[in-house]
Amino acid sequence: MKKLLLSLLLLQSLNAFAEIEIYQFKTPELELRYQTLTEELRCLVCQNQNIADSHAELAQDLRRKVYEKLNTGESNDQIIDYMTERYGDFVLYRPPFNVKTLILWIAPVLTLLIGGIGFWSLLKRRETNITEQLSDSERAHLNELLHAKTSDKT
Amino acid sequence: MKLRFLLPLGAFMILVVFLAIGLKLDPHDVPSPLIDKAAPAFTLPQLHEPQKNFSPADMKGKVWLLNVWASWCASCRQEHVYFTEFAKANPSINLMGLNYKDESDAAMQWLVRLGNPYKISITDKDGMAGLDWGVYGVPETFVIDKKGIVRHKQTGPVDPTILQTLIMPLIEKLNLEEM
Repeated sequence: MKKLLLSLLLLQSLNAFAEIEIYQFKTPELELRYQTLTEELRCLVCQNQNIADSHAELAQDLRRKVYEKLNTGESNDQIIDYMTERYGDFVLYRPPFNVKTLILWIAPVLTLLIGGIGFWSLLKRRETNITEQLSDSERAHLNELLHAKTSDKT
Repeated sequence: MKLRFLLPLGAFMILVVFLAIGLKLDPHDVPSPLIDKAAPAFTLPQLHEPQKNFSPADMKGKVWLLNVWASWCASCRQEHVYFTEFAKANPSINLMGLNYKDESDAAMQWLVRLGNPYKISITDKDGMAGLDWGVYGVPETFVIDKKGIVRHKQTGPVDPTILQTLIMPLIEKLNLEEM
């Protein structure tokens, strides 16, 4: 039974792989560009996958388009532009830096900065608190206690 | 002193508000960059008369709708009823159907069985026109104005509310616009 299940599972995965088509490239450089481009483009049907990994039909079409465009000699930028003109910045896994995405890009730095300042001021406050907290009478009391302790020991 | 303790709570509340908004957003509702841009050109054969072509340029001077559908798409069946009623009630509306990545026979049978609301149906067998229009999930519906500019895109099935409160008023508004 277990063997049957296992073989069924294996068959299933074979099916899944069968859907990614293989393209022949004229040069290894083109193939490399194809790989980087398809890895950076998001599949809009299964939104958390890039088109290189997706089995969705749309991803298949988009891969074909990338392949065709590479073969006609278009640059990476031209292909990316073609995609964003149709599907918006959403199609890019690495969003461009512009007014709309400004918050997205600076948020990590900003959070780190705010956190850092908060932490720094906290430390600063603690430091001053420690040195200024003891009044003269408290200091005398502390000395007394310390003194009492040492005299106890002896 | 008390205020300082309220600070994390305040920050948390702001976070909650953002998360609540985020929950309500539909990640599949990707804004189309095509809005207010010229409708992408194509020349494709008509479904019922494949020897005849259709191109968006043929519709210049008219307000029209392009509904992208396929016989294999379940939610297209759901919206089809509403489109059929809508077309019957408003015969003046230019509703065109783009049959996306479909078999023509299956598509024609579908229209015979469920009714044909389209003035013209066009076939996009390999989905390349769909790709040009930024189609990523059928059904999708575009509203194109007299100048051939895409003015609205509806992703996913329409329902009577969307047709009556959004699509219809937009068509009426666009009809009044000058060429």
